[in-house]
Amino acid sequence: MRNLLRFIIRYHFFFLFLLLETVAVILVVQHNNYQRAQFLTFSKSIQGSYYETSGGIREYLSLRQTNQDLYKENTLLRNQMDRLVRNRETNQSHGIDSIPQRQFSYISARVINNSVNKQFNFITLNKGRHHGIEPEMAVIAPTGVVGVVYATSGNYSTVIPLINRNFRLSAKILKNGYYGSLSWVGSGYKEAILEDIPFHVEIQPGDTIVTSGYSAIFPEGILVGTIADLKAREGNFDAIPVDISVDYKNLQYVNVIRNLLLEEQRALERISGND
Amino acid sequence: MIKLLVRNIIRFFVLVLLQVLVINNIQVSGFIVPYLYVLFILLMPFETPNWLLLLSAFLLGLSVDLFTQTPGMHAAASVLMAFLRPFVLEMSAPRDGYEAGTFPRVHYYGFQWFLRYTVILVLAHHFILFYLEVFRFSEFFSTFLRVLLSCFFSVLLIMLSQYFIYRK
Repeated sequence: MRNLLRFIIRYHFFFLFLLLETVAVILVVQHNNYQRAQFLTFSKSIQGSYYETSGGIREYLSLRQTNQDLYKENTLLRNQMDRLVRNRETNQSHGIDSIPQRQFSYISARVINNSVNKQFNFITLNKGRHHGIEPEMAVIAPTGVVGVVYATSGNYSTVIPLINRNFRLSAKILKNGYYGSLSWVGSGYKEAILEDIPFHVEIQPGDTIVTSGYSAIFPEGILVGTIADLKAREGNFDAIPVDISVDYKNLQYVNVIRNLLLEEQRALERISGND
Repeated sequence: MIKLLVRNIIRFFVLVLLQVLVINNIQVSGFIVPYLYVLFILLMPFETPNWLLLLSAFLLGLSVDLFTQTPGMHAAASVLMAFLRPFVLEMSAPRDGYEAGTFPRVHYYGFQWFLRYTVILVLAHHFILFYLEVFRFSEFFSTFLRVLLSCFFSVLLIMLSQYFIYRK
């Protein structure tokens, strides 16, 4: 201790210099918006490239699962395409312009950081503002709803997933169309609850829950999960337990959805709401 | 001694006010701003203890920062300049050292000595200041050009001040 003190006193000029310079630089970074933004961008980009590398390794290790998911999705899409082509043909025979304006566009992205064991989980994607991603866009995976974009930087964006206590989603029961509010309970990463479903609605374990499309962020009819064992419902009759279909533990490729008509819908609803 | 202290304190305030009220409002071709206030650090007596040198440079920079709303930038640059001053003085000392009772001025040690002393320290100060302001190295050379140009005007002002104000 004595030696340390002597050392400091001996080189007090240098230490004082370091101290004052540090104070000055802290002042610069904390109180000048531009410099702070630069500093944060720098640290974020380092963080981002680290996550990208570690994400790449994880990705390689589960190629098999990814392939299976893609295969399934291909089948699904092919089915849908078939149906669409048929619809179009029937419509054309009636002489109606059947090509509606496109409402949703999809941007694919890769998950480079992910957490499932916190109360407020976040996901980081490898695409950002430069790729057209903006806050409040929907994020889905081949297996269902993932979450909503929370913030974006140039090349990265963060997503609030379904398994975040702040997340709420308007979802409905596919077979009868009753809709409610879906949220996460904070326990397992597969368990959510669906609230506000009237008690008289008949439900069974295994019924499919999909997005309602009322939020204007998610398209209608995207898989969210299935109703879980109803025994858990006894305690709280209002909350239906739901098995989340997305496996957050091995989430890799997602699609970010841009609603091209969002502005139009919001503007109209604003006008209506003001009256 | 007291007289010396008072004179330095007055110089501190005069230079800060001159800088923020007058010189900051003069802009030579848009982005070049000369910084005359560093003259205070240059003119501190030889015998000033190092810690006092650093502290007063910090205060000096901070006061300029207050008026330009750039907390920390001028302080950082001034502190670095004060830190370098003893080394530059030692480096450019005359053969028999600095005489007691003299001050670092043109009057005592000549034009050439003072010019070299000024250019080195002002360059260091401006270098830190401008790069802190830009805060990235991607436009290194355009920033460096600004450093050199501003440095030129600052040194010009400082040298002129030696002949106009400190004439004996």
